[in-house]
Amino acid sequence: MTADIRPRHAGTEARKPLLAVQGVTRRYEGNRQAVTALEDVSFNVFEGEFVCIVGASGGGKSTLLNIVAGLDAPDAGHTLFDGEHVKGPGPDRVLVFQEAALLPWLNVRENVEFGLKLRHTLLADIAAKAERCLELVHLQDYQKLHPHELSGGMRQRVQIARALAVEPRMLLMDEPFAALDVQTRERLQDELQEIWMRTRSTVLFVTHNVREAAVLSDRVIVMTSSPGRVKCEIPVPLPRPRQMDSPPVTGVAMWIRAELQHTGPAGKEPAIASPS
Amino acid sequence: MLHPANREAMTPYQVFRRMTETRAGQLGVFVLFLALLVAIWQALYSLQVWPPYTLPSPGSVGETLWRNTENGRIPRAVGVSIRRLAIGYALSVGAGITIGSFTATSRLADSTVGKVVLGMQSLPSVAWLPLAVLWFGLNEQAIIFVAFMGSLFSVAISTNSGVKSIPPLLRQVGLTYGASRWQMYRHIIVPGMMPSLAGGLKLGWSFAWRSLMAGELLFAGLGLGQMLERGRDLNDMSLVIATMLVIISVGLVMDQLIFGRLEHWVLERRGLSSK
Repeated sequence: MTADIRPRHAGTEARKPLLAVQGVTRRYEGNRQAVTALEDVSFNVFEGEFVCIVGASGGGKSTLLNIVAGLDAPDAGHTLFDGEHVKGPGPDRVLVFQEAALLPWLNVRENVEFGLKLRHTLLADIAAKAERCLELVHLQDYQKLHPHELSGGMRQRVQIARALAVEPRMLLMDEPFAALDVQTRERLQDELQEIWMRTRSTVLFVTHNVREAAVLSDRVIVMTSSPGRVKCEIPVPLPRPRQMDSPPVTGVAMWIRAELQHTGPAGKEPAIASPS
Repeated sequence: MLHPANREAMTPYQVFRRMTETRAGQLGVFVLFLALLVAIWQALYSLQVWPPYTLPSPGSVGETLWRNTENGRIPRAVGVSIRRLAIGYALSVGAGITIGSFTATSRLADSTVGKVVLGMQSLPSVAWLPLAVLWFGLNEQAIIFVAFMGSLFSVAISTNSGVKSIPPLLRQVGLTYGASRWQMYRHIIVPGMMPSLAGGLKLGWSFAWRSLMAGELLFAGLGLGQMLERGRDLNDMSLVIATMLVIISVGLVMDQLIFGRLEHWVLERRGLSSK
């Protein structure tokens, strides 16, 4: 990481966000009626921040991430990345998918090199970067295996390495650990925390798991579902490395859960959070 | 593993079954099986079930095979047929992949060109021969055209279904890493359609080979089909059977050495094959 050497005029101007989502609305035409997946969603993500979006499953979070990635477009509102309108997918924002989206005909190493090859990186650089990223996710001994020979956790590690390899300005992660068993999931959360502490990349991470959000993020954006709206933002100023079961993390997780449980569909009685 | 005490008690059936566990063993069993077929053939011949001019002995067929190989007729015929096949097949692979990719990526093309391709596939390609003769004349082009038409549609259809079978998720991977149209094709579409295409290439070549034989039988000088026809003209049953054996052997060798390997290689890399 290189230090920012641009002069800072402290206090004279507000910090400019790397990502600004402004009034984003997205509707889908259903068979009988239109479904509003996202309604007037606005938030910012700053450089070097780890932000989690938490909400119930099927609440439009993936749609939001796809819009930021440029794979989907909003019906209203817009997304600014580094001050520019997002018009399509770009190499500065890379998406890590929930499913193990590896190319089945490439081995681990070739999958990690995939993004670099598309960018015509020099061969020597490709090798060095792939090597370093494989090491970050502890897969340097499995380079020659094909995706079908890997466990679910290893596949997600390959995906993360592939994304890190291209050094995107922002990493978008769409419930990357949701399909894994609990032990693997917690191992990968630890590893991701470790990787983040080393790279300090900007991450926008979608999850429905409150503990995951509490352990990983600097800030949590809580979303309601149907329609998806931003309910509130919860800062998580806890020191790292964080332990999954430590009281402060548990406390934050309970706070997030309480906010979530007050976010049932409009018209319903909010359930009372009962942290036991 | 077999228990040592049972080793002596193995029946011949068990012995053969165990032989098929290795590649060399499989070949050995196959050769033995062929020998058995020849023995049955010889027995039928010796029993005089049919007159010799209808069913010649394996020996006389072998002799015909040897004589025609030695005087260069069979090698020349094989060469001519394979050359025609290679040209027609190569052209049809190029055209088939183009048509298939086109119909797979455009709904309009799929519901027009794609439908025609599906319909055309039901036409035996030797039915193109009269048309080819009127277009090109009684020449080499006409017969190559028949081989071409033989494999064109199966290559096109397998390309089409191969492209369509690529999960949208993999396209999204390409997009999020900023793949251009060309890179998408080169890095996602082409490798993604390979399992389906490998099957289509194999099917296509065997269609092309059969169409070529049918075409050569009906007309065209030289070639294996023509050799078959000459055997019939001369009432030389040995030559007919010998030629059939050559056609089968060429087919088997091509299938095993080229297409079987291609298919196996593609499937293995994808973890789709059991072996």
